[in-house]
Amino acid sequence: MSANFGVIVFPGSNCDHDAYHALAHVMNANTKFLWHKDTDLSDIDFLLVPGGFSYGDYLRSGAIARFSPIMQSVVDFVEQGRPVLGICNGFQILLEAGLLPGAMLHNEELRFVCKQTHLRCETSDTLFTRNIEEGEVLQVPVAHGEGNYFTDEDQLKALQDNDQVVFRYSDADGNVTEEANFNGSVDNIAGICNKNRNVLGMMPHPERAVEKLIGSDDGKKIFESVLNELAVA
Amino acid sequence: MYKATVNVTLRKSILDPKGKAAHHALEDLGLTDINSVRIGKLIELDIDADDKDKAHEVAETACEKLLANEVMEDFEITISEN
Repeated sequence: MSANFGVIVFPGSNCDHDAYHALAHVMNANTKFLWHKDTDLSDIDFLLVPGGFSYGDYLRSGAIARFSPIMQSVVDFVEQGRPVLGICNGFQILLEAGLLPGAMLHNEELRFVCKQTHLRCETSDTLFTRNIEEGEVLQVPVAHGEGNYFTDEDQLKALQDNDQVVFRYSDADGNVTEEANFNGSVDNIAGICNKNRNVLGMMPHPERAVEKLIGSDDGKKIFESVLNELAVA
Repeated sequence: MYKATVNVTLRKSILDPKGKAAHHALEDLGLTDINSVRIGKLIELDIDADDKDKAHEVAETACEKLLANEVMEDFEITISEN
């Protein structure tokens, strides 16, 4: 039996259909939408929290969405060790829910940035990056105004020591430079995982990088890693 | 009835890019005596409570649970009678 993927839809999600397309049509995975009021995740093997502007980003990005009925089930799902990927606003929601450490500030230059970026994979030791080599560079687009990842020094050190930094903004050759860090994130951080390594949050959009026709299909490597992992589990 | 006025600001150690942009604009206007600008949020709560302390307690819980993200923000509560 193949794995079931769930894409959560909040009021204001707008990358839910992109995520569905990537999973269902490109990766040929069993995929369904889950409304934010659903609470039964018993038939789901992998959860994707998509990007967008849940609840209009009122108060703070992700701050209201984290109180949606489904989020308690998501917390339980994570505690059971099952995998969750949060992309962009999905990452922000996971931060607000305390499933990942840190917070998001406005981009340093205050602009909404929508462009292709390069990500250096920093660890293959997650189910999301098993098929990606350490130091490998992926081209994946970003589209956000609040992606300036912040955490205090102690927490940053903990992330580094526990190998929880999964992606850093880099140049095309994998050099982690200040120029590549367009939003001002601490330590060029583009994506992190939790201590148990079953939750990944990332600002760039791998679901928008699954077809060469639209610029890159590097994002597929993340979904391939997940599918492989779930197939042998 | 009490009124809680909540000020939410970015923690002092964090660069406030909105405040910085406003500061530059103020300098361009010739207001060069201003040393820094920090921009936050003002939130007003009407609270049913028996006394001021209880009202403060409610407002504090609201801040901790939702209104402020203490990873990056500080909050300050002022209670007045409505």
